[in-house]
Amino acid sequence: MTPMTSIVVVAILAILGVYISWRAGRLDRLHARLEGARFALDAALVRRSSIALELASSGLLDPATSVLLAGAAHDARSAEENREMPESDLTRALRAVFSQPDFRTLLAGREGAEELLTELESAAHQVFLARKFYNDAVAATQVARARWLVRVLRLAGRAPMPEFFEIDDSLAHAGDGGTGPAADIPHLTT
Amino acid sequence: MRVGLVCPYTWEVPGGVREHVSGLAEALMDLGHEVSVIAPADDDAILPPYVLPAGRAVPVPYNGSVARLAFGFLSASRVRRWLKDGDFDVLHVHEPAAPSLSLLACWVADGPIVATMHAAMPRSRALHAAQPILASALEKISGRIAVAEAARNTLVEHLGGDAVLIPNGVNVNRYEKAEPLPGFPGTGGTLGFLGRMDEPRKGLDILLAAFSLMAAERPQLRLLVAGRGDPDEALDQVPAIYRDRVVLLGQVSDADRVRMLHSVDVFCAPNTGGESFGYVLVEAMASGAAIAASDIDAFRRVLRGGEAGELFSVGSPERLAEAAGRLLDNPAHRASVAAAASVAVREFDWSVIARDVVRVYEAVAPATGRVAVAP
Repeated sequence: MTPMTSIVVVAILAILGVYISWRAGRLDRLHARLEGARFALDAALVRRSSIALELASSGLLDPATSVLLAGAAHDARSAEENREMPESDLTRALRAVFSQPDFRTLLAGREGAEELLTELESAAHQVFLARKFYNDAVAATQVARARWLVRVLRLAGRAPMPEFFEIDDSLAHAGDGGTGPAADIPHLTT
Repeated sequence: MRVGLVCPYTWEVPGGVREHVSGLAEALMDLGHEVSVIAPADDDAILPPYVLPAGRAVPVPYNGSVARLAFGFLSASRVRRWLKDGDFDVLHVHEPAAPSLSLLACWVADGPIVATMHAAMPRSRALHAAQPILASALEKISGRIAVAEAARNTLVEHLGGDAVLIPNGVNVNRYEKAEPLPGFPGTGGTLGFLGRMDEPRKGLDILLAAFSLMAAERPQLRLLVAGRGDPDEALDQVPAIYRDRVVLLGQVSDADRVRMLHSVDVFCAPNTGGESFGYVLVEAMASGAAIAASDIDAFRRVLRGGEAGELFSVGSPERLAEAAGRLLDNPAHRASVAAAASVAVREFDWSVIARDVVRVYEAVAPATGRVAVAP
């Protein structure tokens, strides 16, 4: 081996090493982003079910609506595996409760009602946003981990392949979502 | 008496609780009481004259499935107006823990309230979360009825208090006469089964195995099955040479259900459990069929310990084949068992059940005055 060839080989190896460690670092950052998004989603879901439970036990609503909401919120909060179904059910329960005719008007003026409803609505928005960002991070991670180099060199280590979180979180009921400037943000009441 | 009945589930979709409320309402009216029912239904729905619609029901997730319920302040105000106009001696709510009209009625009413529990609710954790909300409405109930032991246990475990057991009623008259299906029961003997084919607890596979045993000795024996499920899956369990003697009707209408029960020599109920009452058995008894049923608690009680039907050990095709064989081969025995069933089933007729319910009304009414709207 001539000195020239060895220099070239060493240079190639060095460049390859830098490249691999850069790819590993990128994957690491993606995993960190995923972790953060997962945490935010968890927090948003917990906050939404807590406020729903608070509204249910506030005495502001009629008992039938309260029982419906309490049951759905409790199921959502206590689910360990397969959280998607109870969280979707909570969305559907919220939608049914908020779409009662004159719901806001009937509650207007009651002590604490406006604050709770606004807080619940903002918590529901938070779920929608957090889930969008989480799924975004999942998609990016899945693409990165499907790459040849990442698979061959097992750059992802033993981290499990992330999965999308699919729930029904559209709160605007059919007919009044999907249009207008704020179409991407769901609203409980229009 | 003036009785107000509250049905929590929409009147427009058939279901157990709705059937119960309409059967009870009609039986009470036959006994000379005045009855008004309030139930979720569209304002323009076609309803019996005694049913007042409380507005459209909303489909919501509840107790593990989607239920059509009515809730909210507007529903509550309709209930309040109904109570005011009705001036009832007693208010009778059904399934009061369901988030619907019954719970609202307990909330807005004062005075004698009777409640009937129908379903067993295994998902107790959600019920537990709602307990404080339920408590204030449910503690107004002065007389509680459960239709079955399982419903009573739900009450005892989750809501506290006890209930008297009054089973579901049946309109025996509606089952007594019907034209058998064309070609049935025939002369070679016909076995019958009614229920979901794909629900293992209904035990169709046990009956199919028993039929395969019996078909060898009885060249003309047939099996008539009514109920939802995959026909191929059922037929696969029978040897090919006997398959043309198995007639699968699929899901049948209420009228054909009665005709089907009149088309069989022996009605088989091979259920392996999970039955709290045995409605199917009561229907078969009312139709005058001779019965071979699994020896489970609910069935043993309905069949008076075997006097009104043959009982066989749960899950055994051989024992079922023997029990059905005893009835098929001895027409005199078959007739006497069927006659005993016709007598025994009278105790489940709405006219009898409704009298028991009225006794509950009488027990709570004088103590607490009339039904009033809570301030």
